[in-house]
Formats: sequence, C-alpha cells, structure tokens
Amino acid sequence: MLEKAFLGGRKYWTWMICLLIVMGAGFGAWLFQFRDGLGITGMSRDISWGVYIANFTFLVGVAAAAVMVVIPYYIHHYKAFGRITILAEFLGVSAVLMCLMFIIADLGNPVRALNVLLHPTPNSILFWDMVVLNGYLFLNIFIGWNVLMAERKGSAPPGWLKPVIYLSIPWAVSIHTVTAFLYAGLPGRHFWLTAIMAARFLASAFAAGPALLILFCLIIRKNTKFDPGEEQIHTLSGIVTYAMILNVFFFLLECFTGFYSQIPGHMHTIQYLFAGLHGHTGLVPWMWTAVFFWTVSLILLIVPAARRANDVLAVACVTVFIGCWIDKGVGLVIGGFIPNPLEHITEYQATVPEVLITLGVWATGFFVLSALYKIAITVKEELGA
Amino acid sequence: MGVNRRKFLKIAGISTLGVAAKPATDALAFNPKEWLDEKLGGFTPSEILLHFGHKPEGSVPGEALTGTRWAMVVNVRSLDEEIAEACMDACHKVHNVPHIENPKHEIKWLWDEHYENALPGQHHEHIDDDIKKLPFLVMCNHCYNPPCVRVCPTKATYKRKKDGIVIMDMHRCIGCRFCMAACPFGSRSFNWKDPRKYFKDEEYPNPKYPTRMKGVVEKCNFCAERLAEGQIPACVEVAQKLCAEKGKEPALVFGDLDDPDSEVRQVLRSHYSVRRKPELGTHPNVYYIV
Amino acid sequence: MYDGGKIIAGIIIGLVLLTFPIWYTHGMAPKRPEVKLPEKEKKCVKDGPYMKTKHMQLLDLWRDSTVRAQKRIFVSEDGRKFTMSLQNTCMSANCHAKKSEFCDRCHNYTGVDPYCWDCHIPPKEEPKEKSEEML
Repeated sequence: MLEKAFLGGRKYWTWMICLLIVMGAGFGAWLFQFRDGLGITGMSRDISWGVYIANFTFLVGVAAAAVMVVIPYYIHHYKAFGRITILAEFLGVSAVLMCLMFIIADLGNPVRALNVLLHPTPNSILFWDMVVLNGYLFLNIFIGWNVLMAERKGSAPPGWLKPVIYLSIPWAVSIHTVTAFLYAGLPGRHFWLTAIMAARFLASAFAAGPALLILFCLIIRKNTKFDPGEEQIHTLSGIVTYAMILNVFFFLLECFTGFYSQIPGHMHTIQYLFAGLHGHTGLVPWMWTAVFFWTVSLILLIVPAARRANDVLAVACVTVFIGCWIDKGVGLVIGGFIPNPLEHITEYQATVPEVLITLGVWATGFFVLSALYKIAITVKEELGA
Repeated sequence: MGVNRRKFLKIAGISTLGVAAKPATDALAFNPKEWLDEKLGGFTPSEILLHFGHKPEGSVPGEALTGTRWAMVVNVRSLDEEIAEACMDACHKVHNVPHIENPKHEIKWLWDEHYENALPGQHHEHIDDDIKKLPFLVMCNHCYNPPCVRVCPTKATYKRKKDGIVIMDMHRCIGCRFCMAACPFGSRSFNWKDPRKYFKDEEYPNPKYPTRMKGVVEKCNFCAERLAEGQIPACVEVAQKLCAEKGKEPALVFGDLDDPDSEVRQVLRSHYSVRRKPELGTHPNVYYIV
Repeated sequence: MYDGGKIIAGIIIGLVLLTFPIWYTHGMAPKRPEVKLPEKEKKCVKDGPYMKTKHMQLLDLWRDSTVRAQKRIFVSEDGRKFTMSLQNTCMSANCHAKKSEFCDRCHNYTGVDPYCWDCHIPPKEEPKEKSEEML
C-alpha cells in the first residue's frame, strides 16, 4: 500500500515539496545546533526547556487524542466512527513521531540518546516516557496498517488485532499521563506541582487533537473523493466542546487555588503570565491571545447553530488548537520556570534557528501524515467508500 | 467456571509464597538489592554487561578522606565580599569552570545570593540590615533525598552510596536537562556552548582536572576528586584560611554528618542552623548559620 | 535478455564505481604509523599487545571504576600502583605526554576521532610539534 503515497496530483506534490523545503531548512538549522550547541536557542540557565519541549508536550496530547475515536468505535460500537479511525490512528503516528524528533532536537548530546536504553532507570519518568511513546508509535502503526489492509481486502480485521487495539486505549491515556508526570512530580516548580496537571493535560489533548482531526476531515472532504461524514464531524465537535469546557474549567480551578490561598508559589507564575511580574511582561500578550481564542472557541462550540455550520466549526477548531498550543506550550512549559528557584526572573524568546528547527519538525510530521493519509484515502476512494 | 480444591490449593500456595517473600528475606537480613550490588562490586547489571562482565577495577586510595554523609555548614555571619569571592574563585579555578559574560549561559558551581533569594521562605520586610548585605554562598546541597537523581533517565547523576555525594558522570549525560528542572535550588548549570571557547589559548586554570564539553550539565561536586586525595573542598580551604587571618569563625565547615565528633556536628550543636527549602523534603546537606 | 547490452554495460559501470576506492588508491596507502614510545618509562600499566588492542576497553573500565565506583588505585600485574587517570597517569610527563607523537599517529591513520579530549586536557605541546597531526 506504500506505493499509494507516490500517486498524487499537482496539488499533492506541490504540498509535499513545500514541506520538504521546510524540512530541509529545519535540518540545516539543526546541523548548526549540532555543531555549536544549544546555545543558539533562546534557552538559558533559568529557562532550561523552551520551544522544543513545549511543542513536544503539546503534541503528546494531540497523539493521545486518537483514543477519542477509538473508544467510541471499539468499546461503545459507535459504528459511524469506523470511517475515520484510520485518520485518528495515523494522526497519532505522525504526532508521536514529531514528539520523538523534538526530544532529539532538545538533547544536549543526541549521540548518547541510546544511554536511556542501555542504562534503564525505572525511577525516572523520562525513561517511562521513552517506553510509552515508542510503544504508542509502534501500536498505532501496527494497528492502523492492519486495519487499513483488512479494509482494502474487504474483510474484517484479524481477530488477534482486537486485544492490541484494546491495549492502545489505556496506552494512549498513559502517554499523556506520563508526560504530565514529568512536570507534576518536581518539588521545586510550584506552577507544575499540582495533581490536576495530568487531568488538565488530557482535557486539552482531547480538545486540540479532535479539533485538528475535524479540520483534516473538512480538508479531505473538499480535496478528495472520500467524505469522512457529516455525523462523524458532528460527534467529534461534541467531544471537542466538552473537552474544551473541562480544559478551561481546570485552568480556572488552578487560578482559584492560587489566588484564594494567596500562597506566593501558587500565584506568582499565573501573575507573570497574565499581568507580568516585577516589570517582566514577556508572555502577557501571548496568554491573553490564548484567552481570547478560548473564549471565541467556547462560544462557537457551545452555541449549537454555530457548531453545526462547518465553516464556523472550522474557525472554532483553529481557535481551539492555537489556544491550547499557547496555553500548554508557551504558558505551561515556559511559565513553570518563572520565577526561578531563587526567585529571579529570566525571560525567554525563541531564536530564529530554534524556530526553523521547530518548523522543520512540524513539516516532517505533516509530511508523514500527508503520505499516510494519501494511502488511507486512496484505499477508501478505490473502495468507493 | 468453578474453582476446584486442586486449583484453590495451587493459588493459595503461590499467594503465600508471594506474601511471605518480603518478611522472610527481612527476617534473614537479606536484601536482594544490596546482595546484587555487592555481587557486582558497585556496577549496575547494565554496566557489567557493557564492560564485558568486568567488575570495577582497583581500590579506593588510602589517603582518601572517609565519611558516609558529607555535609557543609555555611556560617553566613563570618562571610564578607572578599571571602565569598575567594571561595567562588577557588572553586571555579580548580574545576576549570569558564567565566561566561552572557548571564543566560553562565555556569556557576558556587555563587552568592541575597538573603531573600537564598532563603526565600524566610524573608520578610523587617530583616536587619546586616543580613541584607551578607553574601549567602549557595551551591548544590547534595541532598539526602535528591529529586535530580530521581529524574535522571540514565543515572548520569546519582548519589554515591559510600559518602552521599550527588555527583555527575559527564560521560553519560545526554543533556536532557531534566535534572535542572527537578532541582528545587537552581544549583545546576548546562553547557550551552563549548566551554573551552571561553578560555584563551587553551590555558586552563587546572590542567589536572578535565573541562566539560557542550551539552552536559554540571554542578558542585563537593570536590570529590580532592577528597580522594585527602584534601578538603577548595572553597572550605580558602575560607578557613582567610577567616583565620581575619580572626573570624570559619565561614565554611566541611565534614561527616554521621560522625558525632566531626567539625560540622560540633558547629551544628553550638549554633542555630537552617537549610534551604526544608519543606520540600529533599534533606539538604548544606546548613546555614544565620 | 531484453536490453542485454544496456544491462551488462550498466553492471560493468556499477562495478567500476563500486570498486573505485580500491583501484583508485592503489599504491597510495600511507606508511604505517610509528608511534614514539616514552623514553623514560619502559613498562605500561599492562603489556604492549594488550594495550594496542584493548586500551579503549581499559580506559572505559577505568572511567566507570573511578567515577562510579570511586576506585582510583590500579595495581598492575607486577605490583606497581597507578592512579587511574588519562590526563594525569597515561599522559603524565614520564609516559605518553605528547599526544601528537603517540595517540594521534594511529588515530589519524585509522580515521578514529575519540572525543575523550573534548573534556580531558592533554598536556600542552609546543606549536611546532603540533604540525605532526597533519599526516
């Protein structure tokens, strides 16, 4: 089936070549980073994780969102989702691939990355993150490929695939819980040291991931002969709505705990993000943009007429995606480092090479996704689905 | 389905074995972890494999200072700018720590902070003026319960079993900087660029000690290499010399917390002491007399 | 064979290209490297043939024994004591003090670039001797 990724029209190949150019630029920038060190990024002694880990954190969530299609179909036998499980699983594959690339990009010594395998350390959450992410990548490739192959042959997927699919469900939840644990167990970072971290992560994941999937469905419907289906899109939009409500609600819970208790450790980072702290206001515009996007998205999603209109829904999904990206990536990861453990404030600004590498990784993810989607959609088109 | 007697006895037998395993080994004073560690001579199983079955080579030097829980006491009232500078200078020279102008990339093993930054939970508006001016020397606390060790995915940073020093293995560090995020005290620095670029003409302050390369994390190591040669940490040596010249109590005291007669224990017995962020449960081994 | 001529021609060209490194560099092999052994010390921590083949394994074991197991004193087979240190023992003034005359000779010849010296400081050499690195 792989050969179907090479059968495309002008639009497809233009898209792929544009992606390849961005991938090339990103790779070139990464070579500079490999030679000169991470000093070419905007990270610092105080903000030791930046845009790479921010995107990694966000994309783990997007990868986990495949489970929001798998659960209704395989557990609750919601037949409609049978049309789009493959799209969700392939999205999971490309998202996890991007996560792994961001990790490699962020390592000070990428050539030593194998040390994590050579010296397994079960007490380290990063070890488990490596295990669950790679496991999820493998699971989704394996499941997606076999389901698609079976569909192409016109038969039901093989029986032994069912337990593997059932395994992927808690596994999907685990990838994002483990990633949340990276943050939630660190004693010195009060913004992250909260039990709701994992729950917040999952909520924003289940909002942003399906939102992206809806956008893909709309794009696919417009540009190919395969129509994912109106009912499918509508159900997904319902999932996004509830997840988004929970996401915003969880965030407001954090605000309450911080500001009602008046404990400095709980308040300072939120103050820095939304009002600035001691004159440092670098992230304030970002966060209020996110709030604006969240508000718009909630209105457009909750009002039934708005959600039903696909054009408006598309806008809502874009605002959900960007809003969640800013909140999780910029707000959470960068904010957690401010103020630093000695109550100093250092701000962060991504550099050009850093942004190029980031775009390069995103382009690679989209490249893989486009190829996989091309295969899946061509199969479905050939079946006359 | 139904459980017949045979099945029941099988399940009961296995469960008893499982439940009784720990009390039995405890009673026999047999700790599987310690037994394995002794058998492997100090390496982990993966390290033994990677060294083709070799256990650690050699022996501990005879002149090494011995202690099971190294600690330091910082007597802040004895500190002044000159002594603090001398300590930081000594540390950074002995370990070839580069001086980096850009504060974002700076590497510091030992440095000074104001009271409100070193002990933020204790700070209030009416602190006496003396304290406000004092340089608080801060460094890695070599915690008894270190979160940085807990998070390291490769054991590149680990707590030495023999003496409790939290140390870096520069050869293994992959530069993920998880330890930097985990440290509640901000003690760790990362080599954002090649540190050798900050030294002129390849002149290093201490040619007997290596530099680091870009991409690894570093921090105070309680001068483990000096302890192995029977010397106290560089900062303590310099501080004690200067304080003796100035007729002050020693600003830095170093010793074994587990030895009731050690200097650190004596100083802690006779002064009130605090530690940084005790509420986090990391049990720092650096004490402050304020 | 259809297009037999083109296929055979292609195979021949392919083989020529594949074996290019062998026939192009025939007779151009550089001389085997000769390392300059230390003048004063005649015995190493282990015997010569062992060190030739296994010095990297030895250094790795020393590295982990020192850093991770705190064992710093090595006793050779004939009872001499050494501190396990690349910088301070192997490259001490009496032994392999000149990297360019010893380590680099074989490493450059075989195209090996160990990153030990990214951190471990080799003893300083006079600039004129450094040109030996350009083999």
